[in-house]
Amino acid sequence: MLHRYPKRVAIIMLVLLAIVATFPLWGPTLFGSQSDFILEKLTLMVILALFAMSLDLLVGVIGLVSLGHALFFGLGAYTLALASPEFDAASLWWMLPLVMLVAAVAALVVGLLVIRTKGIFFIMTTLAFGQMLYYLISTAPFAGGTDGVFIMFRPSVTAGESVLLDLDNPQTFFYLCLGMLVAGFLFLRWLTRSYFGQVLDGIHDNEHRMQALGYATGGYKLVAFVISGVLAAVAGMLAAMQYGFANPAQLGWHTSGEVLMMLILGGMGTIFGPILGAFAYEILLYVYEHLTVHWPILMGLTIIAAVLVLPRGIAGLIIAPPGKAELMKSPWLRRLGRNRPPADIPVKPAVPNKEG
Amino acid sequence: MSDEPILATHGLTRRFGGLVAVNNVDFDVTPGEIHAILGPNGAGKSTLINLLSGEISPSEGQVLFHGKPIQGKSVRQIARMGIGRSHQKTNIFPRLNCLQNCELAGRIHMGGVFGSWRSRQRAQKVSERALDVLETCHLAHRAYTPAADMSYGEQRQLQIAMVLATAPSLMLLDEPMAGMGREETVQVTELLESLTDRYTLVLIEHDMDSVFRLADRITVMVDGCVLESGPTDQIRASEKVRDVYLGRHHEEATA
Amino acid sequence: MDLAFFGVQLLNGLQYGLLLFLIASGLTLIFGIMGIINLAHGAMYMIGAYLVYDLTLRLGNFWLAIAVAIPIAVVLGLIIERLFLDTLYKRDHLYQVLLTFGLILVINEAQRIIWGGDVHSVAVPAPFDASLQLTDNLQYSVYRLFVMGVCLALAGVIYWVIRHTRLGIIIRAGAVNRDMVEGLGINVRTLFTLIFSVGVALTAFAGMIAAPLTSITPGMGDSILITCFVVVVIGGIGSIKGAFWGAILIGMAETFGSVLIPSIASMVIYLIMAAVLLVKPRGLFA
Repeated sequence: MLHRYPKRVAIIMLVLLAIVATFPLWGPTLFGSQSDFILEKLTLMVILALFAMSLDLLVGVIGLVSLGHALFFGLGAYTLALASPEFDAASLWWMLPLVMLVAAVAALVVGLLVIRTKGIFFIMTTLAFGQMLYYLISTAPFAGGTDGVFIMFRPSVTAGESVLLDLDNPQTFFYLCLGMLVAGFLFLRWLTRSYFGQVLDGIHDNEHRMQALGYATGGYKLVAFVISGVLAAVAGMLAAMQYGFANPAQLGWHTSGEVLMMLILGGMGTIFGPILGAFAYEILLYVYEHLTVHWPILMGLTIIAAVLVLPRGIAGLIIAPPGKAELMKSPWLRRLGRNRPPADIPVKPAVPNKEG
Repeated sequence: MSDEPILATHGLTRRFGGLVAVNNVDFDVTPGEIHAILGPNGAGKSTLINLLSGEISPSEGQVLFHGKPIQGKSVRQIARMGIGRSHQKTNIFPRLNCLQNCELAGRIHMGGVFGSWRSRQRAQKVSERALDVLETCHLAHRAYTPAADMSYGEQRQLQIAMVLATAPSLMLLDEPMAGMGREETVQVTELLESLTDRYTLVLIEHDMDSVFRLADRITVMVDGCVLESGPTDQIRASEKVRDVYLGRHHEEATA
Repeated sequence: MDLAFFGVQLLNGLQYGLLLFLIASGLTLIFGIMGIINLAHGAMYMIGAYLVYDLTLRLGNFWLAIAVAIPIAVVLGLIIERLFLDTLYKRDHLYQVLLTFGLILVINEAQRIIWGGDVHSVAVPAPFDASLQLTDNLQYSVYRLFVMGVCLALAGVIYWVIRHTRLGIIIRAGAVNRDMVEGLGINVRTLFTLIFSVGVALTAFAGMIAAPLTSITPGMGDSILITCFVVVVIGGIGSIKGAFWGAILIGMAETFGSVLIPSIASMVIYLIMAAVLLVKPRGLFA
């Protein structure tokens, strides 16, 4: 039903995954010396895809437009940078839980304040809290100010004495990020299809009605806010490992704006859409940067165009290819529910997760 | 019907600025009855029902549910106490199918934020109950249809089904027949009739035929005040009501 | 801190707060009446400052520059409203955020193309390029007093319009319930255009009169936008009164924060916002 899509979505995503995952095999033959650079870019895209996906839970699924999601992204980056020993590699075994814990606590505190607000208030307050951390970090002496903090050693993944994953190897790191993305995707897919997800959909459609039914909608939103923040922080940690530093810009509101752009390019509320959006955004960025130094104009116009003509993003094109006149009329969310079982199937008690 | 009233109001008043929307209303509902509220537009019916469901709070007076005041409780808490309501505007979750709409409504009694992650056995129970309710509302054949794709009449029926799914001890229905055709109105009237022996209902409705057919008691409101309240036959025979309400109603119809 | 120094800071805070009010009032009006969250509002502040910088150079006179710059800013605002925002009124806030964020990118980059990335300044214009001698070693700029006076006068005009005119009734009604405006039999289209023009004119004008007081830099619109968001959140969305007191509060807090507790000065306004949200999640005057 909801969050269930035509088969071609799964096929397209699996094909893309296969292409990206096998890049280290075919990349060097096709691109020669360029392939290292492309692998680096791909790694970044995978990380940003995780970031965008985490925001989709708030923006696309519940309809809470956050303009401060970079707060958690940057928090992940800085937690890694500040908690890493100076002359040694941290262990990912404790670094990952630490990053998640810090983000969860931050999301809980911020969430308790912002969840009380609605609509435009939510946008403004998330933006303001994002900026608060931005100023805190960029003026704090321990956080390196506007220069940020360098991370000399990537965390290691060891078991006893033996190194399980050598993250300094770009390929290994790439696969770690890809693994995180797939895991994050499967988690969010499960979550949105669960009862919990159904409540979130209900809140998106009509929060007031959910309250009249007896749901404590604030609690649900808060839990989703925390989950979203934790995933974003994991993405931020991976980004800091990739760049080798944590920088205030990762916390700034332009980063929050960029990730929203990825959402609209990819298609909101679909979980898989933002993955496509992150790739599309990074590819566009690369192209525009090579066209002109004034690339922000092109990017700005692209986003404006996307809002005006393609509000459902790439995912919308895949789910419901244009051409049917009625598609243009009905609200887009409705179309997401098109893939339903035939009306004549026997009526039987069913756990919704099992159908379709 | 000698039992204690399930719901009672004392001197209930609500002002909006200078306007008194509900003025000193005493009103009660006894278990098992259908209590209809009649009145011309602007008589304060919707404000009254919003006061009963806690969506707005009274300026004066109080609402007692099972003898306990609901004042200061949130809409959610009141819903959990057992007051289920439907809204005048169709208020369903268009992207979910019929069954899911009812499950969503029913699942709330599994409790807590994390109720949504409870066991499969409970899930089964919720589903069965939801299907039951759909059966009652003649919607079983639509269980897997997205609510958005159903006819208007069916959506209104679904709304009643969702209230039923919360297993309320009192149902507040705000114009369940609003905007319906003749045939659909009859259908919903029959549906409500079939509920009479199991549920307690407060009904706001414009359709006079349905009201007189369904209600055990009727309260007529004019300009925020109770004009007359009593058994259906008494209201039907009342001169006062005929003058003020039916007269005006009649004028409107012929105008 | 002696009394004179305190007095100067008080005046500075008041002046900054009043300037914030000009910007925030436009923001809150545009949201309250039109239901639009306009991120490009700060960019218009920047455009105001750059226009006056450019025109002062060309025309040789600050006052003439302002006279020419205001119509240009309003026309720019109108183009934006007619071309883009028109499509957004009925749509989700998300799309408003995205589209106006796209506009920020375009406007900021256009500014770079036209005026470059350098920091500029505008000389304090005559006849206000003097200072008052407060004590032996403390002076206060007459221009700052002038800015305060202008802002207060404008605030007075806004107050009068809102209290005593038909337009004001509509605005007050619209801030409480936007659908009601449509029910009042008003040409909503014209009203929106008017409100947006006024909002843009106010923020651009704020940028213009602030130009001699601040350095004119490419990112100046973004930071003021976020500060004004805080003002609006504190005051309550749609409330002009809230915008006024919120702006004064934030103006004071930032000014005194940077003097008294410089280490966390940049955080102070957010902490205030958090405190307000805890007590009144809809703002102080909502």
